[in-house]
Amino acid sequence: MMSSVKNLELMSNTIREDLIKMLTAAGSGHPAGSLGLTDIFVALYFNILKHDHKNPNWDKRDRLILSNGHVCPVRYAAMANAGYFPKTELVTLRKLGSRLQGHPSRLDLPGLELSSASLGQGLSVAVGMALAAKLDKKDHYVFCVSSDGEHDEGSTWEAINAAHKYKLNKLINIIDRNNIQISGFTHDIWPMEPLKNKYESFGWKVIEINGHDFKQIISAVQKAKGSKDQPICIIAYIIPGKGVSFMENQFSWHGKTPKPEEAEKALLEIKEERKRLLNKR
Amino acid sequence: MSAEKLDQKSTRQGYGQALLELGKENKNVVALSADLTESTCANHFAEKYPHRFFQSGVAEQNMITMATGLALEGKVPFASTFGVFLLRALDQIRISVCYNQANVKLVATHCGLATGEDGATHQSLEDVGVLRSLPNLVIIEPCDYNQALAATKAAASWKGPVYLRLHRMKSEQFTNAKEEFVIGKAQLIEKGSKITIISSGPILNEVIKACGGLKFKPEILNCPTIKPLDNKTILNSAKKTNQVIVVQDHQISGGLGSAVAELLSEKYPCKVKIIGVKDSFAESGKPEELWEKYGLSAKTIKKEILEMSIGKKKVQR
Repeated sequence: MMSSVKNLELMSNTIREDLIKMLTAAGSGHPAGSLGLTDIFVALYFNILKHDHKNPNWDKRDRLILSNGHVCPVRYAAMANAGYFPKTELVTLRKLGSRLQGHPSRLDLPGLELSSASLGQGLSVAVGMALAAKLDKKDHYVFCVSSDGEHDEGSTWEAINAAHKYKLNKLINIIDRNNIQISGFTHDIWPMEPLKNKYESFGWKVIEINGHDFKQIISAVQKAKGSKDQPICIIAYIIPGKGVSFMENQFSWHGKTPKPEEAEKALLEIKEERKRLLNKR
Repeated sequence: MSAEKLDQKSTRQGYGQALLELGKENKNVVALSADLTESTCANHFAEKYPHRFFQSGVAEQNMITMATGLALEGKVPFASTFGVFLLRALDQIRISVCYNQANVKLVATHCGLATGEDGATHQSLEDVGVLRSLPNLVIIEPCDYNQALAATKAAASWKGPVYLRLHRMKSEQFTNAKEEFVIGKAQLIEKGSKITIISSGPILNEVIKACGGLKFKPEILNCPTIKPLDNKTILNSAKKTNQVIVVQDHQISGGLGSAVAELLSEKYPCKVKIIGVKDSFAESGKPEELWEKYGLSAKTIKKEILEMSIGKKKVQR
């Protein structure tokens, strides 16, 4: 487990470099969401989650459901860096025969927990997993990463209701509140706010954080773990495309990949950031 | 096999009884309901094992995905609602259940015109057509109480998604309570010649009635497993008779008849007549009245048998 924030920041930098390389090689995929969630996934895999890369089905592991499956490149990159599979496999993303399917396929790659990507289903599966854990009096937590856009789906709200009904205090939903979805900004597509109030009125405990600040991410999860009978929602405010200046906050980068010259520019920026991080004391 | 004169019961009641017994036999069995607990007969389990019963409210999508989560953690969830409402969760069934090969048992009661008085909104006539195209899903439609009970037990032992197509109406017993249910096996109800009649569900009653008083005995197959189909039994019978009638309480499109036609057109082309609902919604009425009006009654089936038997041009081979 990486303790220092600097190490976590360096890991994020590595993963952003991996993402640009993977997505450019694939020629299709979702860079903005993946880059935006990088810090959350680094915090999860390298600090928060109880997991064992050598034993992905370890019974006592924390479960991590990725509901907005289209950002799976960031999960693949985090898993490879955590030792689940060789990093050389990352560039097979979306290629014929690869275990790294365009959207997560749990039967292809151990450790994914759920084949997902039709939005509005993951949180409800996480509710079912948390119910099973409660029934069996198990200690692990069930984390779900979901997108703001998939809160358009009525089924997401069915799951939010269910988690409250069953007092699932070991269910933590981390929302990627990056304000974009495929066709535009979330506030233009479908009204979502006040998201915090909505969750609270559905009986959840809500914690708001900057989704790029490791101290905030880690302390939010620690606070969440103190919940007695409420499910917990962590609204993580995130910059989509984080780390690549020309992708940041642009919904046009939701579902298209960089051309080689754009990738070069992006990798240069990521390299500069690495230098800056290494010089930081 | 002779029809045993027992008190009439429904397939949904067979499911309810099996679920209750499974509660004792397998502690991993859990049940979910989308409000229709009593109508789907899951109430007996819910009362006896309240901590293993999850009420999902009128929210079928959430019920199916919660069931997926439970299944991925080693539980054997039976999620029941009416056939028409189950399809509301089609995307959840496709991805969360079937793509994940989650060990979820989907149970739909109130299928077919046999649903009766509730009318068109509640008569599930399209479910097999919709669900049959999903990979990894087993589809079973038992014909009576005993078979529903045995099929539910078999579904619990099967590793993977299963869809049980059940019914509201009470009907006669054909199968023996001690008979084991083997997924993927059709049953020979009546050995015969000239025509093979294949059916599933309580509409089998009408088939048996239709075959009474004929000058010959058609061969009758009960085919409760619609997917995977018992290719061997069906092919052997078709090779003997060269003519097949499929009777289903479902739209003609996509049901058991389509599955049989897909098999025969490839392996043994012969004449196939599908008796089912002809691309329409139905209405309120008693099951028998609806079967009569929509052309699924013993009378219509008999007419089709007679027409086919007098040899309106057979397929030349």
